[in-house]
Amino acid sequence: MSIQVDQVTKRFGTFTVLNDVSLHVREGELVALLGPSGCGKTTLLRILAGLERPDQGRIFLQGTEVTDQRINERRVGFVFQHYALFRHMSVADNVAFGLTVLPRAQRPSVTRIQEKVRELLGLVQLQAMADRYPSQLSGGQRQRVALARALAVEPKLLLLDEPFGALDAKVRKELRRWLRRLHDELHITGILVTHDQEEALEVADRVVVMHQGRIEQVGTPDEVYEHPATPFVYQFLGDVNVFHGRVAQEQLAHGSVGAEAVLPSDVPDEHEVTFVRPHDLEVNRSRTNSSQLEANVRHVLAAGSRVRIELSTQESAQVIEVELTKERYRELNLREGEVVFVHPRHRRVFKLPRP
Amino acid sequence: MESINSTGSKELQWKDSLTTESPLVRRLLIAAAFLYLTFFLFVPLLAVFVEALKGGLAAYVGSFLNDDAIAAIQLTLLVAAVAVPLNALFGVAAAWAIAKFDFAGKQILITLIDMPLAVSPVISGLIYVLLFGAQGWLGPWLLENDIKIIFALPGIVLATIFVTVPFVARELIPLMQSQGREEEEAAITLGASGWQTFRRVTLPNIKWSLLYGVILCNARAMGEFGAVSVVSGHIRGLTNTMPLHVEILYNEYNAVSAFAVASLLTLLAIVTLAAKAIVERKIHSPAIVADPIAGVQAGSSR
Repeated sequence: MSIQVDQVTKRFGTFTVLNDVSLHVREGELVALLGPSGCGKTTLLRILAGLERPDQGRIFLQGTEVTDQRINERRVGFVFQHYALFRHMSVADNVAFGLTVLPRAQRPSVTRIQEKVRELLGLVQLQAMADRYPSQLSGGQRQRVALARALAVEPKLLLLDEPFGALDAKVRKELRRWLRRLHDELHITGILVTHDQEEALEVADRVVVMHQGRIEQVGTPDEVYEHPATPFVYQFLGDVNVFHGRVAQEQLAHGSVGAEAVLPSDVPDEHEVTFVRPHDLEVNRSRTNSSQLEANVRHVLAAGSRVRIELSTQESAQVIEVELTKERYRELNLREGEVVFVHPRHRRVFKLPRP
Repeated sequence: MESINSTGSKELQWKDSLTTESPLVRRLLIAAAFLYLTFFLFVPLLAVFVEALKGGLAAYVGSFLNDDAIAAIQLTLLVAAVAVPLNALFGVAAAWAIAKFDFAGKQILITLIDMPLAVSPVISGLIYVLLFGAQGWLGPWLLENDIKIIFALPGIVLATIFVTVPFVARELIPLMQSQGREEEEAAITLGASGWQTFRRVTLPNIKWSLLYGVILCNARAMGEFGAVSVVSGHIRGLTNTMPLHVEILYNEYNAVSAFAVASLLTLLAIVTLAAKAIVERKIHSPAIVADPIAGVQAGSSR
């Protein structure tokens, strides 16, 4: 089911949660709404489900306007962060619920419902748990039951509100791979709300980055990670070093890291900010060109597949984070307190209005 | 060995004295509590039955088998049969509204529900006399239309309802607030109608607390004296409920009958307490959790 969100605005009291948001989702896509808490992503999801009404704007599902349509007519599956399983019903009854509340004429027979429940529990790998109650399941199992329950009514759209947010890191990783596989099997249009950039980048076909009630950027995981459209997206997706400074006048200040690149023309009222990812910084023991920045090694974190190094610049004592491969680290053989020279391989300069 | 043992027990004692009072204080406190309850609760309770059976079993039974007593029992049951379901219905509706919706005046509604507990029952009765009595605001109009409320069944029912409003609602509001809206939202997104959501999701989640509230509400409805006394008019065989009947008998120095009828109310109280204890246990350890585990274990051992 394709989705069209058309200039939607939502306020709670005086607080604007969604500010003129428009979005198009193609049929069969899995899209992640990514942003920090309070950015409006969950509200947008609830509006799509019909759990909230927009103050302005319209929602189209499959080309038909549903802004004023009741929830139970939308055929939307919704998975809640805290599962929202019916605590007094067994797993099987939970999954069957959506089928048993259908009007008598559309309701499948009891045996057909049982069959369907068995199928769905097989899909989420919980056949053995059919007679258990939600309180007897682990968090990951509960969320799979919630997913099976949402899929039972054969929704054309699946909405997931931070589905793995309450789970521990390992289970979360497993479940999101599993969700991706499930989506590839079922070809259901899906929208996933998350504040975890890793989750969004790994699971989704496209990522919608939201901030303060607005959409900052829409793109494939690769696009938003490699070509962030705004400083916010740059900072939100992964670690980043930020260098402030007006370039023309302060060529040699710390804003000039990697000055061999052509910098945008200088406008007096604008403020240049340079963003560099930790792994895009080149570290050398000796100066190879004049624009390199001199820094001291403050701290080395060698655990993990990559080595993280904290530097502080000699001019302004700004902390810079660098990520090196193990090989490069061994080659350099850095010790804390040593002097190194850094410059960026890639960087991005944004011009911001002067504060 | 001995020395190790003795230091061990010393440490234990020392730790014990840090966390609890000395044995003497403990025993004194427990004894005080028991004595107090025996003197103020158990002895009077016993006295009711002793007094009631003083004239022998025949006199005891005879106390119920006269027209006035039967009428009083019937009236009490009738009043409870009207007031309790109405307040249960209102309690669920109010708790639902307070827990699941945001609206202006929510705090006022919560405070209003508590009011009958803060007001003396006599005042609760007087309110209705002032409203519907012959000299009251609506009195002349009621008189013209030949509608009797005060000194009649409607007045008694109204006063009872007023006094018992809080019991169900107060029981449900905190529970429904803690349960949140998510399960209902899930039911609605799965296509359930409002009624289906209430019947299949909300009601099962609140049923034990609802029953608990109903039990307390019923006990109060049958036992209410003050408010009912003001509006009833004490007309024998017509507007006397059981508590009023007890008072009349007692004032007539008919102690055996008074205590006999009182013993019925006392029995009701005991039954209420027992039911309350059972329901409380259900609330704190839901059977739905315990049973399936047993079932699963039995299944796997086979």
